[in-house]
Amino acid sequence: MVSEQLVDLSRLQFAATALYHFLFVPLTIGMVWMLVIMESVYVMTGKPLYKDMTRFWGKLFGINFALGVTTGITLEFQFGTNWAYYSHYVGDIFGAPLAIEGLMAFFLESTMIGLFFFGWDRLSRTQHLMVTTLMAVGTNLSALWILIANGWMQNPVGAEFSYVTMRMEMTDFWAVVFNPDAQAKFVHTVSAGYVTGAMFVLSISSWYLLKGRDVEFAKRSFGIAAAFGFASVCSVIVLGDESGYTVGEAQQTKLAAMEAMWETEPAPASFNLVAIPNEAEMKNDFAIEIPWVMGLIGTRSLDKQIPGIKEIKAKNRERIVSGIEAVTALDALRRNQNDAAARLKFEAHKADLGFGLLLKKYVSDFRQLTPAIIDKAMHDTVPRVAPMFWSFRLMVALGLAMLMLFGLALWHSIKGDFADKPWLLRAALYSLPMPWMACEVGWFVAEYGRQPWTIYGVLPTHLSVSTLSVESLYGSLAGFVGFYTVLLIVEMFLMIKFARQGPGSLGTGRYANEAHA
Amino acid sequence: MLDYTTLKLVWWLLVGVLLVGFAIMDGHDMGVGTLLPFVGKDDTERRVVINTVGPHWDGNQVWFITGGGALFAAWPLVYATAFSGFYWAMLAVLWALFFRPVGFDYRSKIDNPAWRKTWDWGLFIGGAVPPLIFGVAFGNLFQGVPFTFDDHLVSTYSGSFWALLNPFALLCGLVSTAMITFHGAIYLAHRTQGEIQWRALRAAGFFGGLLLLAFAAAGAWLWMAIPGYVIRSAVDTAAQPDPLAKTVVREAGAWFANYRRYPATMALPVLGFAGVIAAQALARSGRTMAAFWASSGAIVGVIGTAGAALFPFIMPSSLDPNASLTVWDSVSSRMTLNIMLWATLIFMPLIIIYTSWAYRVMGGKVTAAYVRENSHSAY
Repeated sequence: MVSEQLVDLSRLQFAATALYHFLFVPLTIGMVWMLVIMESVYVMTGKPLYKDMTRFWGKLFGINFALGVTTGITLEFQFGTNWAYYSHYVGDIFGAPLAIEGLMAFFLESTMIGLFFFGWDRLSRTQHLMVTTLMAVGTNLSALWILIANGWMQNPVGAEFSYVTMRMEMTDFWAVVFNPDAQAKFVHTVSAGYVTGAMFVLSISSWYLLKGRDVEFAKRSFGIAAAFGFASVCSVIVLGDESGYTVGEAQQTKLAAMEAMWETEPAPASFNLVAIPNEAEMKNDFAIEIPWVMGLIGTRSLDKQIPGIKEIKAKNRERIVSGIEAVTALDALRRNQNDAAARLKFEAHKADLGFGLLLKKYVSDFRQLTPAIIDKAMHDTVPRVAPMFWSFRLMVALGLAMLMLFGLALWHSIKGDFADKPWLLRAALYSLPMPWMACEVGWFVAEYGRQPWTIYGVLPTHLSVSTLSVESLYGSLAGFVGFYTVLLIVEMFLMIKFARQGPGSLGTGRYANEAHA
Repeated sequence: MLDYTTLKLVWWLLVGVLLVGFAIMDGHDMGVGTLLPFVGKDDTERRVVINTVGPHWDGNQVWFITGGGALFAAWPLVYATAFSGFYWAMLAVLWALFFRPVGFDYRSKIDNPAWRKTWDWGLFIGGAVPPLIFGVAFGNLFQGVPFTFDDHLVSTYSGSFWALLNPFALLCGLVSTAMITFHGAIYLAHRTQGEIQWRALRAAGFFGGLLLLAFAAAGAWLWMAIPGYVIRSAVDTAAQPDPLAKTVVREAGAWFANYRRYPATMALPVLGFAGVIAAQALARSGRTMAAFWASSGAIVGVIGTAGAALFPFIMPSSLDPNASLTVWDSVSSRMTLNIMLWATLIFMPLIIIYTSWAYRVMGGKVTAAYVRENSHSAY
């Protein structure tokens, strides 16, 4: 059996490297469109101010992009280094979107970014705008393919298990691409990135306005950020992930956990605004409920039921029992592929193979199974409720706060009086960390909420790891965290330095704090 | 849809194309990174050197990322077994590569000698370590890698990082490092002039010579002392992949069997040697663009030589030779190989087109005057 510690450390390393990566990605995804907007205005009006805006915000974009690339390298390879069995078991499906991401999107983005920075004097205005636009398209396509891969982990469609090759194999590529879960995730995640990009520009522009410097530059930037941010924050909320939560069992489980919904209520279910979940007794010790709301946002209907945790667990117990048959039949088939009886039994229980594999966490020989062990595996099938419940609420609260901020920012930029509203500018400045916090907890809800699976219903997390020593994991985890932290400090240092210096860092002679050659 | 055997063969070639593409494209900027502290004597010179690859290293690095993705999609068992087995070696590659994005982008952002010197050496590490480790990994493939599979194809690796660093593997590491640095030197000679170009040409002379010697020595060593692997059982190349279904033995001289059976493959090592010699001659006579193509040809030759010798093996197992990974039994399903083939056929030409365009836009010699005029925007 795989050591618990190895599994925990592997998870921790993946979580740490992914969360670091996700400090940089949303800003890239969002800012790249703001650059397209600014440069389009420049090309249409010919005003050098907009070129300076593109170049200055582009400079900050580049500082961020460098670390996005650095931390992204790890993720392309970490499935192989630390999740070898996962890579073998689902590489046939999961590898394809990653490779296509490289071919279709990342090449485009990375080639164009070079021309974006160095091609100003060598390309015509329209050509350069085209380069910027292609860079944005590449960036967003990149997110699309990564989220198709991730969506498949939540809702593994278009694939089937083969006992000959001992892995999942693709049966329908387009089902994987048009996985509703992946599409919902894509819209939600890129919109969250747009909000991050908008907040970044809004906050820093507000700071210049509070200081009363580079006013014209900051005002134009603020206006664009307010409009872009407001549209994006509406999109995050309205087209939010919620719409995806009725799709597939993984999302139903996640929904029940993050809403602390122990019982299946008659539709439409009520929403727990605040609750103290009691994991041991499977109830909430305290809850403030709002009737109907959960049913409405979860199913977009009045009559569809949302299954509660108890119902989900009871169903999963049946699947685990059926899965035991699948695993024993699979073992017989691995010994002899022509065993007709085993094949028949396997085909009958194949759909529950993953649930049977959950038991491998506790026993390697199924003759030692007891009802108590099956119960343990059953309880594992729903992630712990309190972390899900609270991180989801934190994300939503941040989303609503940003909606309010961008609403006010847009209102006052239409009225044209935002520069004289220090309270608004200060609010925008101090809100800077909000989108990052929302993105990180959102990512946590999505990934922690899928536990105990790496691929929902197919492959349990504890079977997915590479057989490495615990010492190796301690070493590599320390290395990654140390390395990334140093790089993050360097990045923040440069980011703050250039944000402080402002557009003067371009050396054009038009701004405060001019850089000296 | 192509039949499964053909698809498996096509993917062996395509992985080769990606590896060669990586070595030619990312290789030249890694070579430039390795040479940076030696051919640039002061900050302006170093900025000239860095800016020869400044607009391109990012796109070039995607050859590496896409190579990883393609390996995952086409040869998942290789991706899983190799990267988890070579755990520390792989981490060393990744960590060395971390220095590149930040080295390129952050170096010029602060005008402080200590800061800039630090990133110079960061770029050196990011340029020199990956080719060294890839070479060492190849050297270990020839000797067999200590991994086994259980019934459910869970792999266990029983070697250590230090065992990878054996003399033959280190020699292969030298071949690879010399090749990439040579290629980088030729590129640098193409994009610079004066003193820097002269130093780049000298470096090309040195690393080209080193490559010729090391490549020949590795071949001789392989011939004399490293037994190869041979499949003894009948192979159904169109079968569903199962790496445990064959019998494999070790046999002296077996790594040269393909050269005996298909003498045309001898063209690959010949291309390796001829490419280096031609590149040097062309570079010295000032035809640096042609020299770059010649050194690219040398890369095709050297990597092709290793690939053709190993075929059909990808990663032989020293502990359980029967479990060795081959092009027939460690691949994805027919459907996935087919989809990935289409994706490659559609996007690879586009990538080549826009990459060439980017080089054309940014073409010409990088000079000290360029760096001074663009002090705030250049690297």
